[in-house]
Amino acid sequence: MAEAVDLKAIGTRPVRPDGIDKVTGRAAFGADLNLPNMLHGKVLRSPHAHARIKSVDISRAAAAEGVMAAVSGADFPGNASDLGKNVIARDKVLYHGHAVAAVAAKTQLQAEAALELIDVEYEVLEPVMSLDQAMADGATLVNENQHTNGDTSKPASNVAATQRFERGDLEAGFAEADVIVESEHRVPMAHQGYIEPHACTATVNEDGKSTVWCCTQGHFDVRSLTAQVLGESVGNIKVIPSEIGGGFGGKTTIYLEPLAVKMSQMSGRPVKMTMSREDVFRATGPTSGTWCRAKVGAKKDGTFTAASAWLAYEAGAFPGAPIGPGCMSVLAPYEVPNLVIEGNDVLVNKPKVCAYRAPGAPQSMHAMECAIDELARKLNMDPIELRLKNAAGEGTVAPYGPRFPAIGLRECLEAAKEHPNYTAPVPEGAGRGLAVGFWFNIGMQSSAEVRIAEDGAVTVMEGSPDIGGSRASMALMAAETLGVPYERVKAHVGDTEATGFCNVTGGSRTTFATGMAVIQACEDIIAQCKQRAALTWDLDEEQVDWVDGEAVPKPGVNADVNPLSLADIARGAGRTGGPLLGRASLNAQGAGASFSCNFTDAKVDKETGKVDILSFTAVQDAGRAIHPSYVEGQMQGGAVQGIGWALNEEYIYDADGVMENAGFLDYRVPVASDMPMIDTQIIEVPNPFHPYGVRGVGETPIVAPLAAVSNAVRDQLGFRIDDLPLSPPRVLEAIDGQEGGE
Amino acid sequence: MSKTHVSTTINGDQMEFLCEPHQTLLEVLRDELGLTGTKEGCATGDCGACSVMVDGRLVCSCLMLGVEADGVDLTTIEGIATPDGLHVIQEKYLEHAALQCGICTPGFIVATKALLDRNPNPDETTIRYWLAGNLCRCTGYDKIVRAVQDAAQTLAYEA
Ligand code: FES
Ligand code: FES
Repeated sequence: MAEAVDLKAIGTRPVRPDGIDKVTGRAAFGADLNLPNMLHGKVLRSPHAHARIKSVDISRAAAAEGVMAAVSGADFPGNASDLGKNVIARDKVLYHGHAVAAVAAKTQLQAEAALELIDVEYEVLEPVMSLDQAMADGATLVNENQHTNGDTSKPASNVAATQRFERGDLEAGFAEADVIVESEHRVPMAHQGYIEPHACTATVNEDGKSTVWCCTQGHFDVRSLTAQVLGESVGNIKVIPSEIGGGFGGKTTIYLEPLAVKMSQMSGRPVKMTMSREDVFRATGPTSGTWCRAKVGAKKDGTFTAASAWLAYEAGAFPGAPIGPGCMSVLAPYEVPNLVIEGNDVLVNKPKVCAYRAPGAPQSMHAMECAIDELARKLNMDPIELRLKNAAGEGTVAPYGPRFPAIGLRECLEAAKEHPNYTAPVPEGAGRGLAVGFWFNIGMQSSAEVRIAEDGAVTVMEGSPDIGGSRASMALMAAETLGVPYERVKAHVGDTEATGFCNVTGGSRTTFATGMAVIQACEDIIAQCKQRAALTWDLDEEQVDWVDGEAVPKPGVNADVNPLSLADIARGAGRTGGPLLGRASLNAQGAGASFSCNFTDAKVDKETGKVDILSFTAVQDAGRAIHPSYVEGQMQGGAVQGIGWALNEEYIYDADGVMENAGFLDYRVPVASDMPMIDTQIIEVPNPFHPYGVRGVGETPIVAPLAAVSNAVRDQLGFRIDDLPLSPPRVLEAIDGQEGGE
Repeated sequence: MSKTHVSTTINGDQMEFLCEPHQTLLEVLRDELGLTGTKEGCATGDCGACSVMVDGRLVCSCLMLGVEADGVDLTTIEGIATPDGLHVIQEKYLEHAALQCGICTPGFIVATKALLDRNPNPDETTIRYWLAGNLCRCTGYDKIVRAVQDAAQTLAYEA
């Protein structure tokens, strides 16, 4: 276990392997590939939020100057799936911005001009734009064939699916409580807001084989999803992941790729497609807008007796809101003897939601953590003490079933309690808010190969796109395992033909699962080295050890030999069996859950309603921080995304279902001048299922800030604003309402 | 449409190019000159990924036309490092892990250079307001601000 060994590479903060290319402009991102003879593809998007497509005629566009290919939904045999219909609409358009047709032309201007020549006839339908509207009796249906949980014995419904966790006797639990708090909260749809718009370039050779270059969190998924929409074999498609300019879950699916491949097939030329920022807002991402009810009851001493949560999440145009994770997370930090958690996955005429950092957890936990904050106030308890009283620990059965192994929630809460930012008084006139965060983390499939060059240089080849420094983590774990300096290791992300299968970079799995594959591939190398050394020394394999990057005879073995380093063995590899090549593939189990505690001091300007974040402190269990700077970076970046969502970010729609703020000017993400430094404290409670104790760290950071900010504003104002964002208009209105009411 | 002939200086090199009157400087840099280090995040002047220096002034290249580059002195991210190695700003961004995905990084580095050229000793607030035109969705800005502070100190020490 990690405790026992004296770590040399892990925990250091070297420069990442891909760093120089990224500070000099050399790194090639999704839109950076241009090929000879390349065409430019453009998409015609729906001007309606909800309409039946009566006809699409692309013939005039196809004949226009410079146009080499044009497609509509009818060109995609695999299009019957939701995925296919989201890539390009078939019978109905389901959100404003839904792709309807596409063209590829010699110049961008020709492509744009050709879009004007596409004739689409629509029958406009009433758009379903809110959860209330979607769930009301007799609501207009987004999909006439959608039945809740597939149960066709019931009438069609916009509620695509439901989920329920239950334990004990809820009523009895609440009856036992001395104090009960109930609350209801709405959090708007928000976008991941990665700075790089989606982009891809596809080429199809004369032999029918396609190559796709694109920015994605998972190129193997792009391969399989594109093949599915095109009705082709995955063997026909090679996907090369470019560098990726942010994703946060939003680049785990496909939008443009099948269109580009199809139009390249039709034209025999490479086709490049890039989205505008407006397209990105209207047609990709976002995460669910939500409506949540939370209820929690406790004894006078703070012990929880019962809790319940009811969640309704916007799925967008197709089923798939993250109600599962929303339900799993909402009460995961606590021991609750009696509980009911219900989730609803609800169709609305908005873009199909995609994963966004801890998908579903920030919204449900915002509701519960606000309720628990009110409970602490009623009980007159410190919010940390109340949470410590009920905190889940090793052995706690999570509401979703499994028993937690060692987890670091208590440690986070204790650290927060001692933190100088917490023991310091709240600044004059400001408020302090605190909340906890959680993400279960995932494992899934990964492969890795480790290749040793003739001078001992180490190449790690794996298939998890590096979205925030993971090559550095892989190289550190490889250096640690092999016992060589970090500088000797280069980590690479290979394309779908250069490396073995890896699931997406997502779910905070990369450092954990792909890291484990890298470690095992290094162990494979070590086993081979021991064998080669044994051969060289005429010893048994069992008589050889691997210590600090060298093969040595085991203590007590009588052999008068010099240790053999990785470089020594690599140099002589031709005489001992050929090149050194280690590999591993796995379906990783035991991704340790990651808990956090965040607190913030915030100040509302009562004249303008603007909320300033004066300080923000994030404490989180990372299990083991492989490269602490990038762990801190995840914590800080997630915190600021959460703060942005709490304070400003929201999709604003007009009555026709058109997003009114589809640009960074009006969809306002935090800028440097909005933020203070984000103080971080990494807690390390090792994950027993990872060789070095790693837990995923990427998602948890966005979970707690929503409620922490909300609770801080509540603390200052003396009353609660239930909904987000706490934007100036909402805060001012609440202050005015309160004053009017007094 | 007839193209316009433009002569300009980019990263110290005398350059000539033909461009359409509607093309932005960003499009010319990326699509005509192959200088793809300058990024497009929005094309509407809201993200700063396309930051370049025009005669020493920080400009969003998506808001300037290619033809307007005639006779000016342009610096892009490709011109920040020298043959002797990385610029201190680039080194500090790396040391402080001030990038995660790296798409915003070229814009931030150019903006930082423009700041430190005119104000070698900015305080935190000045840095934050100067960089407020550059969006970073990954880092939360903390490590970027620290990298800029450290770069300023290092440059002052070296001077
Ligand atoms: S691309 Fe120019 S400011 Fe965003
Ligand atoms: S590092 Fe990703 S946007 Fe800044």
